[in-house]
Amino acid sequence: MGVHAKQAGAVAAGLTIPTLVLADWGINMPAGVTATSNDIYGLHMTILWICIAIGAVVFGVMFWSIFAHRKSKGHKPAHFHEHPLVEVVWTVIPLLILVIMAIPATATLVDMYDTTESDIDIKVTGYQWKWHYDYIDEEFGFFSALTTPRDQIYNRTAKGEHYLLEVDNEMVIPVGKKVRLLLTANDVIHSWWVPEFGVKKDAIPGFINEAWTRVDVPGVYRGQCTELCGKDHAFMPIVVRAVPEAEYLAWVDEQKAAAETERELTQKDWTMAELMERGEGVYARACAACHQADGSGLPPAFPALKASALVTGPADGHLEVVVNGVSGTAMQAFGGQLSEADLAAVITYERNAWGNNTGDMVTPKQVFDFKNQ
Amino acid sequence: MTSNKRSTGRVVTWCMTGVVGMFAFGFALVPLYDVFCDITGINGKTGGRYQAGVTDGEADSRLITVQFIAQNGPEMPWVFRPMTRNIKVHPGEAITVNYYAENPTDQAMVAQAVPSLSPSEGTLYFHKTECFCFTQQALAAGETVEMPLVFIVDKALPEHLRKLTLSYTLYDQGKLQQAAADTTVAASTNGLAVGG
Amino acid sequence: MSAVIDDHTQEHDHGPAGGITRWLLTTNHKDIGTMYLIFSFSMFLLGGTFAMVIRAELFYPGLQIVEPEFFNQMTTMHGLVMVFGAVMPAFVGLANWMIPLMIGAPDMALPRMNNWSFWLLPCAFLILVSTLFMSGGGPNFGWTFYAPLSTTYGPPSTTFFIFAIHIMGVSSIMGAINVIATVLNLRAPGMTLMKMPLFVWTWLITAFLLIAVMPVLAGVVTMMLMDINFGTSFFDASGGGDPVLFQHVFWFFGHPEVYIMILPAFGAVSQIIPAFSRKRLFGYASMVYATGAIALLSFLVWAHHMFTVGIPVAGQLFFMYATMLIAVPTGVKVFNWVATMFRGALTFEAPMLFAIAFVILFTIGGFSGLMLAISPADFQYHDTYFVVAHFHYVLVPGAIFGIFASAYYWLPKWTGYMYDESLAKAHFWMSFIGMNLAFFPMHFLGLAGMPRRIPDYALQFADFNMISSIGAFMFGATQILFLLIVVKCARGGVAAAAKPWEGAEGLEWTVPSPAPYHTFTTPPVVE
Repeated sequence: MGVHAKQAGAVAAGLTIPTLVLADWGINMPAGVTATSNDIYGLHMTILWICIAIGAVVFGVMFWSIFAHRKSKGHKPAHFHEHPLVEVVWTVIPLLILVIMAIPATATLVDMYDTTESDIDIKVTGYQWKWHYDYIDEEFGFFSALTTPRDQIYNRTAKGEHYLLEVDNEMVIPVGKKVRLLLTANDVIHSWWVPEFGVKKDAIPGFINEAWTRVDVPGVYRGQCTELCGKDHAFMPIVVRAVPEAEYLAWVDEQKAAAETERELTQKDWTMAELMERGEGVYARACAACHQADGSGLPPAFPALKASALVTGPADGHLEVVVNGVSGTAMQAFGGQLSEADLAAVITYERNAWGNNTGDMVTPKQVFDFKNQ
Repeated sequence: MTSNKRSTGRVVTWCMTGVVGMFAFGFALVPLYDVFCDITGINGKTGGRYQAGVTDGEADSRLITVQFIAQNGPEMPWVFRPMTRNIKVHPGEAITVNYYAENPTDQAMVAQAVPSLSPSEGTLYFHKTECFCFTQQALAAGETVEMPLVFIVDKALPEHLRKLTLSYTLYDQGKLQQAAADTTVAASTNGLAVGG
Repeated sequence: MSAVIDDHTQEHDHGPAGGITRWLLTTNHKDIGTMYLIFSFSMFLLGGTFAMVIRAELFYPGLQIVEPEFFNQMTTMHGLVMVFGAVMPAFVGLANWMIPLMIGAPDMALPRMNNWSFWLLPCAFLILVSTLFMSGGGPNFGWTFYAPLSTTYGPPSTTFFIFAIHIMGVSSIMGAINVIATVLNLRAPGMTLMKMPLFVWTWLITAFLLIAVMPVLAGVVTMMLMDINFGTSFFDASGGGDPVLFQHVFWFFGHPEVYIMILPAFGAVSQIIPAFSRKRLFGYASMVYATGAIALLSFLVWAHHMFTVGIPVAGQLFFMYATMLIAVPTGVKVFNWVATMFRGALTFEAPMLFAIAFVILFTIGGFSGLMLAISPADFQYHDTYFVVAHFHYVLVPGAIFGIFASAYYWLPKWTGYMYDESLAKAHFWMSFIGMNLAFFPMHFLGLAGMPRRIPDYALQFADFNMISSIGAFMFGATQILFLLIVVKCARGGVAAAAKPWEGAEGLEWTVPSPAPYHTFTTPPVVE
């Protein structure tokens, strides 16, 4: 099926828009890099061709009538208005075609529900509006959020190559291994989709779903959230890097070491400048979507932080809101999402940026104590 | 026209009966769905306390992996994790594992763990005889607790299922209880009665 | 209940009351039909305006015109207004005007309820549209309003949205009861069920669907209301509820709802194609049975909207097979229309053009529907622009072209004048080109991986989005032309004969054009 189907797809595309076939105009489903995605692609092309064939017959008869049986050509209407045999035939034939379609569809579906033992389990949690990947057996995890700058989105600078499809922390998997994904969500329903894998599954709060994939070709694969999840639904992409196993193992070690460093960062003595610098980055990543890069917010839903009474008031109040969120509003609890160092940095940044010159410095240690008081 | 009037009245009565019936059916779908899920296990929500005997006869020779994961609901500051990540079990044997919970805040809080099992097909064959999710958990400020879970994987577990993942999502019940206290409607269908 | 029945109008043969009271208090099926059609067209323009905002934002990648928050309100309101404000009321309007004329009845069976069911609609939409101006904005969770985005995370105006849905539901249910009572009780002597025009048949089946599913919609929004305001947890996992349950209940309503929007169009096209083919409809009986089969099957396929929520394999297979099965009766209908045209004597006035476009483009929408039914493939199509392309192909050239075809077909009967044929043909061709330009590229966008309901997209989707937006602007602007054609036709022109179409058949063509205020006060006899 594979190669023929691709050629056929190209031909079909060529017929539809003869002059506009350009390499970067995606017009068909990608065949992808997994057995599942290839099966789906084959199924898709088979059904497409069956539909085109049926369409050609039905529309052929119709256009023949339109051209040959017009009153202006003096055609006199016939008088038939039923024909039991024909009616039975055109009920039974479609039924048979459907059975032919259903057979490969069933086989592919059963394959997708393969529950045999996996090599790696990753828990994927959807948040408004980022993903969290937990490498369950390796005991580390991280958030993965959009890195496209707001300036590109608001057309103030040129858009990059992977506009809206780039993240800070990619999910990394080894090639040739069965990766089992356990999906859930923290707030609303999200849906995790990487077209090249042929995997799309909803992440539902309070429930756990599973899907699996085995990627054969190393590379970077991009996808998006496909269930409307609120304001920034368009801005929570998925990036998966499939690498050879050795590289994957090295990456895992790195992640474990980084987790250790993170713990050390909490203990370290920070200077104001270091915190401000780190804070600016964290703010752009975690806060600017709602409160805006200049701290002006989008009232009433997203209050301004610039000259805000809360932000320029006592540090504990500010900590409380950032760490635990404000229930009933869009303000989430960042306590579980950001590290102590990041929380301290962003709070320090907010208290000293945009003319909020409180001069306060909040250290990771203080955040740690606040969380555990 | 009179016979028309009468039959129109009849049609309207039938239609209204249909409308009321379908409105009720909409609500009946809620318990029906729960019953349907209990029978087929389609939504992965594990059942309540298992009443049958703990062991009947010998355990199966198969080894099944049971995996435990945990996550917090929104705005839930507790530390909550399984104390065992994976365990190999023979279907038929009763196994005890523990989850760890800690309330790091300076206030007493009440939480409810909501279970979910994947693949959902396995729900029917996963029995809990003891679980912290059967009740709400109240922890004082700074308190920690180890919460037990006793389960049996049914010997009737289909061959193709080799790994079951049990997930708990921990929700802060404070807000919910406040809302429930405001009204009596909360007693309806689902209310707070989490089966676990 | 019989007290509701008004035979007042049959006893005194007077014309319409003067001034505004004619419209406020009317119980005349023609007046009410007209009001429904005007209301529906204004909602079509409003929903279209929302669509224009969406397409303008999507013209270029990046955010230019609206913020994501408002964009989500636009997609939601576009869907709600088009489904509940434009398509459904247009068909109720057509039913009001035409069903009594087609079955030889003096009026609808429940004229006062008819008035009431119309006037509820503007109230409902006033509430719905006013949510856009409330703090926190209007509904922003998509027309499918999945929990918990619409409950725990919904804007404060959600309660008003729920109230509006309740009122629309009551209006639809009353309309449906009226149609059933009229069709079952007020047919002229000799008009047996199997002699009824297909438009009446498809509406009767639609009315039963409405009665079956609108209460379920009312139920699901009531559960939302309780979750939001009374602390229940139907759909909230933290209280033991299940967000997926929402989707099951919603789509139990939602899938039959799709057929509610298309079956009356099937009926109208089944009147129009024979008229302009000058040949009887092929396979009348099989048309009726096919419609019934589609309606019944529509209750068994709801979960095909939810293939990705994690239904076990047995469930997936059941819903996949059941959905594929719908292709059979739908195919029968398409084959019958083609067989009706085959060896007829065809002419191509505006109603016929819209009807032919309906058959072709609806079939294309049917094909993409069949592709979506294939559960494994749906994992790739689900919630992408492929789905958007699919349902716009069944609803725009399906429902909307069906309504345009009906409007041109019966305008001479309504106004007493012929519409301007050249303008109508221009309206058709511009709608046809604009519509295909707008929606065909969406198939490519979806297959290439563009999710639906996003205000901004990756760069590889830019070109097709621009083409799609151009098509949408063209389609939108063209509808102003339709308004001009109808106004022009209502104001005068060539007088229409009682039967302006050579091949048309049915009782509606036995009364003069325009149809008098009261018709069939003495029932005609059908042999």
